[in-house]
Amino acid sequence: MAAGADPTQAFREEASDLLAELETALLSLEEAPDDRDLLDTAFRALHTIKGSGAMFGFEAAAGFTHHLENAFDMVRRGVIAPNSALIGVALAARDHIRTLIEAPDQADQALGERLLAQVAALTGEDGGGPALSSANRERAAPSAAMTTWRFRFRLALDAMAMGTNPLRLLDEIRELGECTISCLTEGVPPLEEIDPCGCYLAWDVVLTTDQPETAIEDVFIFVRDSMELTIDRVTDLDPRLGEILSQRGDVDPATIEDIAARQPKLGELLVQDGALSEERLHSALAEQKHLRAEGAAAKAASPAATSSIRVAAERLDDLMDQVGELVIAQARLKQLIATSDDLQIKAIAEEIERLANGLRETTMGIRMLPIGSLFGRFRRLVRDLSRDLEKEVHLTTDGEETELDKTVIERLNDPLVHIVRNSLDHGLEPVEERMRAGKPPQGRIHLSARHAGTQVQISIRDDGRGLDRSRIRAKAEEQDLIPPGAKLSDAELFQLIFHPGFSTAKSVTSLSGRGVGMDVVKRTIDSLRGTIEVSSIPGQGTDIVLSLPLTLAIIDGLLVRVGRGRFVMPLSAVEECVELPNGDERHNGRNFLNIRDELVPFIRLREMFGTTSPPDPYQKVVIISAGERRIGLVVDQVLGDHQTVIKSLSKLHTDVASFSGATILGDGTVALILDTAHLVASGQGLDQQRSAS
Amino acid sequence: MTAPAIADSSDFEALTLGLGGEIFAIDASIVHEILDLVSVTEVPGAREFVGGLINVRGKVVPVADLRLKFGMERTPPTLDTRVVVVEIDLEGETTVVGLLADKVFEVTEIGRASIENTPDIGMKWRAEFIKGIGKRGTDFIVIPDIVRLFTID
Repeated sequence: MAAGADPTQAFREEASDLLAELETALLSLEEAPDDRDLLDTAFRALHTIKGSGAMFGFEAAAGFTHHLENAFDMVRRGVIAPNSALIGVALAARDHIRTLIEAPDQADQALGERLLAQVAALTGEDGGGPALSSANRERAAPSAAMTTWRFRFRLALDAMAMGTNPLRLLDEIRELGECTISCLTEGVPPLEEIDPCGCYLAWDVVLTTDQPETAIEDVFIFVRDSMELTIDRVTDLDPRLGEILSQRGDVDPATIEDIAARQPKLGELLVQDGALSEERLHSALAEQKHLRAEGAAAKAASPAATSSIRVAAERLDDLMDQVGELVIAQARLKQLIATSDDLQIKAIAEEIERLANGLRETTMGIRMLPIGSLFGRFRRLVRDLSRDLEKEVHLTTDGEETELDKTVIERLNDPLVHIVRNSLDHGLEPVEERMRAGKPPQGRIHLSARHAGTQVQISIRDDGRGLDRSRIRAKAEEQDLIPPGAKLSDAELFQLIFHPGFSTAKSVTSLSGRGVGMDVVKRTIDSLRGTIEVSSIPGQGTDIVLSLPLTLAIIDGLLVRVGRGRFVMPLSAVEECVELPNGDERHNGRNFLNIRDELVPFIRLREMFGTTSPPDPYQKVVIISAGERRIGLVVDQVLGDHQTVIKSLSKLHTDVASFSGATILGDGTVALILDTAHLVASGQGLDQQRSAS
Repeated sequence: MTAPAIADSSDFEALTLGLGGEIFAIDASIVHEILDLVSVTEVPGAREFVGGLINVRGKVVPVADLRLKFGMERTPPTLDTRVVVVEIDLEGETTVVGLLADKVFEVTEIGRASIENTPDIGMKWRAEFIKGIGKRGTDFIVIPDIVRLFTID
């Protein structure tokens, strides 16, 4: 997907996935009404459709989904049961949402209202309250986007005789929003034919309002049957007069063109006036002609210049798998050839190694996309949300060119939407509150991405009020997540916000506050083998940093041996290898190594892994780094570099923190990949011991 | 998916294997393949019960030693030792696991009628790990609940 891709298309694709997920969940829920996971899946799908829909301008879909989401929230809270009647309505509603998203102009509004009425009936008297109040809240807030409508109406001739006062109607229209009304008197007959009680007038109205089309129709509710009314939505906000006239159907387009052609041209007028010589006019016209031709040529040529094809993601994954197998086979060949004396075979093996590496690089390159394509979507989100919430927000980004595996980018969308939405909704304060706190009225959200060793760090920073520690604690205690009065560090406390169902928002808004967002974030980042760090300073803002592995596929690794086991560490994290000095083994009883006058803590992997076989006489230390921090890992032997095809560990080994995955070596055995970020972090513990002493 | 429940009335196909002197039967429909023992990579820090990894056709697969769940002695591998590769559903995620077996016997039909529910008392093993006890001739066959073995500590 190119950086300039239509974001609404991305939303449509996402929505179609979510709707499919919703459908499956609903159908399964009908068979297993007690399945909590299915319920959560359905609810989450609705929640995301609502949120993303509002963000990409699908107000009707978002508004409609909101009601359904409310109903499912009640199911989640156990107020109503997910019986087959509800599932049936929900499925019909799902189809309606799809129409609202994919073909909004074909959507049947009456059907939508009928469905909502059914939902309201099922949620019962208890449901009537919340559903109604939330609908009111939506109406009260100037949340929906402004739309401009053009309509012309002519009342029935006897309208005034029937008691309708056109002036009242006009006043009602004015209350809907900004409007321009012109009266058409062309229908008024000559004086002698006039009926003094007849209404001969028609009105043209251009109205910009946040109300739906039905609000306009409602104005005429008592006279609708006997009147003429045409309503059009105006999309071009800077039209030419001719366009307006032809859209109104007052003049036909051919006539307009004809008249326009009869107009004298600017150049001719200038020549007539003597302000310009004919020669110079021709010269200027020649230039204009040339430029236009160039422009057209460039337009025609541009598709070819950026020639690209769309490939199904699965084929790309297949390719990657096969390249992975090739790399493993090549590693085996390399190992075998090391014992051979045949120079010809060695030459071929080297050639194959070179080709395999090239193929690997190219395949990986195909999968890498700049993260800017993802950041681009957030401009619209922030713009629309800030207007809805009546907050002033400025979004800045940097590091758009940072490349990430396409799978990672795709899966980052949901978590980032949730985080940005939370920042806007809960983090940033309203303008008055910011002014009182002495901050600039405009809030800031900064999205940035950068490479840090083998990882990409994505940071979402705002300058809002920061996380409320006491409220998080109170909520966690209320939900029995922590014992009352438990001692927690800030980092531990902030991790609680990723707990399912955890939300400190005081009210449920159309944006967030149902506590489903942050656990989605956590789950997605976990599944990408990434980590989340939250830091927050009260009154100054919150910074959420997502650290993700660069790729999910193949890395350059350094193969080492510890006892009989062989392990791989990402080569990009390795700084240098040194020999472990003999006398320096226990520096003041602690494990530190002097590397060019800097103390670097080290971990003996033999001790960490409980290796029992006798150690090699000369132990090696591999110095690895993550960000600013460094740590040494003591191994028995450094075996060399290794093309590492990463295989993830199964669910049975999620409790093992020291390894980020496994790979298959040239001889077919499995080797574990060390999680350097984790090891560096545990080395940090050693460092703190040192500073404490 | 999990193995079909025993409640169903028809006979079921099972793979029988020897483990610490007992005969166990595993639903044949979850068995992918049976491998000779290859070199097992130890995972430092993992639970002993699932302490190893093997390469199954280019895939990294954890190996489990069921003997530890049934309190049996761990014995060094012999020529008869096999790895039974099964596919199970662990909390919604399809997982391929290798099960160590001292010996693999055969695929056989086990009659429902011959299966008895696990007695609540008088068993040396934890009842939640056992789906039932079957009988073949004079031998008792233990039908373990594979999924529970992996999800309950």
